[in-house]
Amino acid sequence: MAETTTAPAKVAVSMTVNGKQYTAEVEPRMLLVHFLRETLGLTGTHVGCDTSSCGACVVHMNGESVKSCTVLAVQADGAEITTIEGLGQDGQLHPVQEGFWEMHGLQCGYCTPGMIMTGAALLKRNPNPTEEEIRHALEGNLCRCTGYQNIVRAIQYAADKMRG
Amino acid sequence: MVTAVEAPDRLFGKAIKRREDPRLITGAGSFLDDIKLPGMTHAVLVRSPYAHARIRRIDTSAAEKMPGVLGVFTGQDFMDVNPLPAAWQAAGVKNNAVTPRVLAVNEVHQVGDPVAVVVAEDRYLARDAADAVVVEYDPLPVVVDAKKATEPGAPQLHEEAPNNIVLEWTCGKDEATVDAALEQSEVRVSSHLINQRLIPTAIEPRGSIGKYDPATDEYTLWATSQAPHVHRLLLGAFVLGVPEQKIRVISPDIGGGFGSKIFLYYDMPLVLALSKKLGGRPVKFFEDRSENYLTTTHGRDHITDIEIGATRDGKITALKVKTYANLGAYFSTVAAGIPTTLYGRMLAGCYKIPAIHCKVIAAYTNTAMVDAYRGAGRPEAAYVIERVCDLVAQATGVDPAEVRRRNFIQPEDFPYDTGVGMLPYDSGDYEKALNRALELVGYEQLRQEQKARRERGDSKLLGIGLSSYVEVCGIAPSKWIGLPGEGWGAGLWESANVRVHLTGKVVVTTGSLPHGQGHETTFAQLVADELGIPYEDVEIQHSDTLGTPFGFGTYGSRSLAVGGVAIYRSLQKIKEKAKKLAAHLLEAAEEDIVFENGKFYVKGSPDSAKTFADIALAAHVAYDLPPGMEPYLDETTYYDPPNCTFPFGTHVCVVEVDRDTGEVKLLRYVAVDDVGNVVNPLIVDGQIHGGIAQGLAQALYEGAVYNDDGQLVTGTLESYAAPKAHMVPTYELDRTVTPSPTNPLGVKGAGEAGTIAATPAVANAVIDAVSHLGITHLDMPLTPERIWNAINQAARS
Repeated sequence: MAETTTAPAKVAVSMTVNGKQYTAEVEPRMLLVHFLRETLGLTGTHVGCDTSSCGACVVHMNGESVKSCTVLAVQADGAEITTIEGLGQDGQLHPVQEGFWEMHGLQCGYCTPGMIMTGAALLKRNPNPTEEEIRHALEGNLCRCTGYQNIVRAIQYAADKMRG
Repeated sequence: MVTAVEAPDRLFGKAIKRREDPRLITGAGSFLDDIKLPGMTHAVLVRSPYAHARIRRIDTSAAEKMPGVLGVFTGQDFMDVNPLPAAWQAAGVKNNAVTPRVLAVNEVHQVGDPVAVVVAEDRYLARDAADAVVVEYDPLPVVVDAKKATEPGAPQLHEEAPNNIVLEWTCGKDEATVDAALEQSEVRVSSHLINQRLIPTAIEPRGSIGKYDPATDEYTLWATSQAPHVHRLLLGAFVLGVPEQKIRVISPDIGGGFGSKIFLYYDMPLVLALSKKLGGRPVKFFEDRSENYLTTTHGRDHITDIEIGATRDGKITALKVKTYANLGAYFSTVAAGIPTTLYGRMLAGCYKIPAIHCKVIAAYTNTAMVDAYRGAGRPEAAYVIERVCDLVAQATGVDPAEVRRRNFIQPEDFPYDTGVGMLPYDSGDYEKALNRALELVGYEQLRQEQKARRERGDSKLLGIGLSSYVEVCGIAPSKWIGLPGEGWGAGLWESANVRVHLTGKVVVTTGSLPHGQGHETTFAQLVADELGIPYEDVEIQHSDTLGTPFGFGTYGSRSLAVGGVAIYRSLQKIKEKAKKLAAHLLEAAEEDIVFENGKFYVKGSPDSAKTFADIALAAHVAYDLPPGMEPYLDETTYYDPPNCTFPFGTHVCVVEVDRDTGEVKLLRYVAVDDVGNVVNPLIVDGQIHGGIAQGLAQALYEGAVYNDDGQLVTGTLESYAAPKAHMVPTYELDRTVTPSPTNPLGVKGAGEAGTIAATPAVANAVIDAVSHLGITHLDMPLTPERIWNAINQAARS
């Protein structure tokens, strides 16, 4: 039985999210995804499971893709975070976003932000992935609508476009 | 029938990108958990860890003192809220329906049954307090298997349902007739098939937000709902006893449903009642994945015995089916309709079978409720009949493709009555789709390759699996499906309102709503075509009971064949009125008016035309209308189709089974589907892809497992094998087009076809790969362990 009668103490965190600096007082146990969604109101990052399996919550932390449900907000103190809302630049869609639209890489759109963030991170480290490499890179992301074929095509589209 | 499909300047048939996507790819969608209302509170449920127990005591005192807690409630606090309704009562069938209450009272019947709820200022605090609620239980014996549940001495779940039997139902010819036909058959085969339980696994779990307004006595519910109007009706008339007009239900963007979001769930009335108790503060409930797996509905879970009679040349002469359908701990909204109307009545598949008898026994068990999951009854039926075809092929030595050919209903036979109580199949050319699929996959070469591998003792066993399916979509008409007929507690018509603004822009409100299917795009294509206006000038509104006409929602691949036709009909009414007005303005007889490319003109004088926008303006300002004409262009249709639609096709799966490890490699997957006319091929192909992935996942990977204590062993995405990108093949799609004569668009429906077809195609492929070893059947999921064991057992015997 819980003995706590007062709310847990809060600590200050600051991080750069989509190029903007934020500082807030949070409970040490607060997940990064909840910080993004509830404290900052950036609800494009989704939650689809409680076992770090589905990948709907993938964001970039210091340039690497992470599952924001498995990172505490305090662990992201001082980090640079990019979410789906900040992926496009100057009002232009990121090529991976464009690929998802062109190739019908989404249906309900719930897993999509995580898929796009994972795809964008893949293309940063491997600009010319094979289909097998793309499917392998998506192992941490679940989609229940598309059967993945058009997600693979979307990432291929973006890879082609980014290579020029 | 519309000939529009061939006209090059029309959008009907064009693969245009979805208008839904820009918001969804930028993170600007608005899903349930994204909604934040002023003063919002969070509800967390205390759930039973036992599958069956008496609740001895609930102590909420510690939880109530926790920080941020606004209230802790138990079932006793909601005795004024009725149990959820059971909307299925077929005439002549004793139906022992027991439905859940918002919170369990006295007893729990499944792990995860909610017994108390905590409302707090945020979800972390609510979760803390939920952990501080103390519940004492007296555990009771548990049963999780539908057949065992009906046997003498089994633990009893509900007093109202002796032997846990929800209902017994039969269809087709009487048992004695079919027994006699079996007796007289040249070849007899029997089999025992398990269609395992699946978890729908929409990536967005379910949730609801309730808001009560004390000033107006009105309730607003935001819910992950595939059927907001139906939920409003059920909440008002049956559960809360509140006048329907005092409730508004809104479905925001929905992250997939696959059937699991059709039903009324306990949390929907709960958040509304809680908001009232809290003086109108909004209350949000959003389940986590573990809760979703425990208490959101599951699918399938049939135990089936089949007896088949056939001729030596592979013609099926008799089929007897007995199925135990597991409905879980309670009766979900339309649960009994799935293993009856949508399963038993589809057991003939694409085939002419003179004698079919089917008996279904539906039972309660200490597991999650089972209701519609993508395909809903039809995948179970397709699995039975497509296994039947392969069993007949194996027993007679006739090639599986040839068995199907010899039994197919022929194109000239339509409309065709299969004799099991389904409405007549509307149209089809089953052999054409089969032949196309065989040609695409290179069937003959594959059979030769299979033979060669077998002859040289190759350890990589080649398997080719066929599935020639037919399914039923756009379930209607109301007088057949409703209480006087199949016993579903409502008609299944659909509505559409089309309004033309002064500027010629068009707003359509529809009772259908999307959760990934792209309604906004497809419907706008139809409207732009019919009115000859730019696609961009059409807005499709949906998902809010305020401002849309009553509609039954989205499921059963019905949106286009029913909802789309409702729109089409409203558009015809709009055109008719617009034409009358054009005739008046052009001072001509109505029959001399031509409407073409969005313009009205007098036959032979296209230069002095009135555009659609001119007519819209004239109708709106109403300065000069013909005598008796009302202002405005605004038409509503409630469309109740005369029949269902029956999409069909053939899928072929090619696998390689490793004889030494039992592993299955998917080599090819070819799908030839006939969903009638296609409005947007991009969207339809996407539906087929996703459907195939779910169907093949049942064959190879997925299965919900309960242990004997009623604990869900596959209770997370770690343990339930929903497929990932590397676990599915590349799908090779093609289509044949046999328009449906049921509706003026000639459309059939595409949402579930892939799922229905894929499971037997893949299962048949794997069994085909090992059939030369004397293996006739393997239950799903076809894991390497199961296959390896079967191969080794076959080798020993």
